Amino acid sequence: MAVEAIAEHTEQGHADGVFHQFESIEQQNESYIVGMWSFLVTEVMFFGPLFFAYLLYRWQFQPQFYLVHKELNVALGGLNTVILLFSSFAVAMAVHFAQKKARQKQLLWLGLTLACAFGFLIVKYFEWAHKFHVGHVPGPGFRWEAAGEAGVVPAGIAELFFSLYFGMTGLHGLHVVIGIICIGTLMLLTARKSKLVESYIPTEMVGLYWHFVDLVWIFLFPLFYLMPQ
Amino acid sequence: MSTVSTQHGAAEPAAPQSNYLTNGNTIASWLLTTDHKRIALLYLVSITVFFTVGAWAASMIRLELMVPKGTLMENDTYNKIFTMHGVVMVFFFLIPMIPATLGNFLIPMMIGARDLAFPRLNLLSWYVYVAAGVLAVIAMLTGGVDTGWTFYTPYSSIYSNSQVGLTIGAAFLAGFSSIFTAINFIVTIHKMRAPGLTWFRLPLFVWGHYATSVVIILGTPVIAITLLMLAGERVLKLGFFSPELGGDPVLFQHLFWFYSHPAVYIMILPAFSVMSELITCFSRRKIFGYSFIAFSSLAIGGLGFLVWGHHLFVSGQSMYQGMVFSIISFLVAVPSAIKIFNWATTIYKGSVRFNTPMFYAIGFMGLFLIGGLTGLYLSSMATDIHLHDTYFVVAHFHYVMVGGAVMAMLGGVHFWWPKMTGRMYADSWGKLSATIIFVGFNLTFLPQFVLGYLGMPRRYHYYHFAPEFQVWHVMSSAGSSILAVGYAMPLFYLLWSLKRGPKVGPNPWAAKGLEWQTASPPPTFNFETTPVVTEEAYEYDPEADEEVTTEVERIAAGDLPHGR
Repeated sequence: MAVEAIAEHTEQGHADGVFHQFESIEQQNESYIVGMWSFLVTEVMFFGPLFFAYLLYRWQFQPQFYLVHKELNVALGGLNTVILLFSSFAVAMAVHFAQKKARQKQLLWLGLTLACAFGFLIVKYFEWAHKFHVGHVPGPGFRWEAAGEAGVVPAGIAELFFSLYFGMTGLHGLHVVIGIICIGTLMLLTARKSKLVESYIPTEMVGLYWHFVDLVWIFLFPLFYLMPQ
Repeated sequence: MSTVSTQHGAAEPAAPQSNYLTNGNTIASWLLTTDHKRIALLYLVSITVFFTVGAWAASMIRLELMVPKGTLMENDTYNKIFTMHGVVMVFFFLIPMIPATLGNFLIPMMIGARDLAFPRLNLLSWYVYVAAGVLAVIAMLTGGVDTGWTFYTPYSSIYSNSQVGLTIGAAFLAGFSSIFTAINFIVTIHKMRAPGLTWFRLPLFVWGHYATSVVIILGTPVIAITLLMLAGERVLKLGFFSPELGGDPVLFQHLFWFYSHPAVYIMILPAFSVMSELITCFSRRKIFGYSFIAFSSLAIGGLGFLVWGHHLFVSGQSMYQGMVFSIISFLVAVPSAIKIFNWATTIYKGSVRFNTPMFYAIGFMGLFLIGGLTGLYLSSMATDIHLHDTYFVVAHFHYVMVGGAVMAMLGGVHFWWPKMTGRMYADSWGKLSATIIFVGFNLTFLPQFVLGYLGMPRRYHYYHFAPEFQVWHVMSSAGSSILAVGYAMPLFYLLWSLKRGPKVGPNPWAAKGLEWQTASPPPTFNFETTPVVTEEAYEYDPEADEEVTTEVERIAAGDLPHGR
């Protein structure tokens, strides 16, 4: 592979927010987007085995899981779905205004996204607290006697269901917390007019991540709360 | 071709004022560097350290098995030693070995970029790797793990009292490190190729690493969550895998091998890609079937995700499932054979030069051939049931992963050493070490095929039920000490070359890749100006080559002055 000619001489400094390894701002932006999508692929594969485990046990214990799922609170789950769907809209608006370089509106919509994220966690807290209260938490303290389906569904299978429930919503909740950290940092930097967030790309990256968090919940909600109905 | 010969023939290319090695001498300038070449060297040093740790454990195992009664250590200690060997060698040596060192160093140079797309992420991946390694070593020192590197449940999740949590934490972190590297490679290869460098002009090294990176980003998260689920079961008593908690232990095996079988391809695909570079350069011939080799990497990557079930033939999965996995496992032999045949065809009628890297390359072909062919015995369900969990399996995967991947790694290090350091080592010592490793390796692992066929199980620290095995075990242990000598030798003559080796120009092997077009050692941003590519890869011209005297030959003839 020979180099026949050196066609152009490129400066190897960095100017206009282009890092030294890139030729142009377009190349840099495209690289960030490809990188983020690759990362999201790893996230999909990260959640995959949990969904696979759910699929397996669901198939194995279909009638029992159906009875246990009635212990979940559909209203709260639905509320959370609405919250997350709105937050996805809000972050999309933030990206839109970041592209328009309208900083105030961008901050407003990011703030709404952040509020939704906290709202989601608060609702989740009440849901989880209730599970802890009645003892529907896997582990040595698991209590199944009080539930209406106690006689029908063996405690072991109920525990398996709640293991999946806590494992999957817990991991999703962790992603929400990471999202809060990312959105918060982004807002702080944007408010301070930091050089790091001059371009719209950081907002777009955070937005993509947040859409992913939303998307996981869009799958979790019907699987755990709705599917058997 | 033209540029190579003129650069080569020229008195001395204008030497840049500073290269990546001299650009900053403080410790901080190394530990906080974002230069992919420096990070590659940091990786090279750290994987060598972990290799030493793993090799020490291996030698303990071989020592223990010299006598049928196993008097050196207790059962429990032996379990911890072989787990340590497995964990360190797989997660901290074999998986990062080629991508993190050679890949990191060469991919930006081969595609004419100044650095990887995300240099700070690259540095972070090294820190994460080191942190993970330290965590693993702490786990070993504070009691060790006795589960085997496969962490099979429910033993690992409920019964084992050893440091399982810390060790899977270390493996989890190491996974992040390889994901960071893989994302960096994918973005760099997609977006940062030099003008004129189309996909089908890419060196096969880059193709191999591209396929590897895809396997990493699809597979590594699966092991990460599987280990996290195991931790959840162990710590929080969530039921996923343990029958006591309502789960299914075979599910763990499925999820574990969904990553860990492709992990073998994470180790061997980069090794293949190194081989393509070595074989073409030292045969002085354009590689035969470029696109077949490129696509066979992708095919291996794809098929690799469909064969994990051959680890579960005796786990109680259905016979029909086993048959399907068996057939797909056979299919992996097709792209692997395409590569081997294409290399053989490239060597055939080439004007072969036997320098150190070529010695390693030929050694690779021999060892990988044995490893690959014995894989067929293990992918047939019928023979696998006889050979399952015997030393036959141990010998097979050592032939592939150590005989294959490590030979290619050493060949690659010897090939690109003059590029990395600007100096040449003693070729005769290199050839000697390659020969010793080849002999030692075969003496170590060929007897293990026999042992396995006779029925010696894995993970046993004694065999007084069959003292006739001893002769094979003694052969194997003797081989392993020869192997140790072979592996230690490059350490000495390569370090010697750092100070005393003759200095070489940009292209001592008269090779064709873009990385040879810049100074050795390369300047910080790799190229003085952005190169423009006008030719396909490996445009060697054997007739014109007759006149090219490589610097290696000049060094051998005493033409070049030795270094300071």
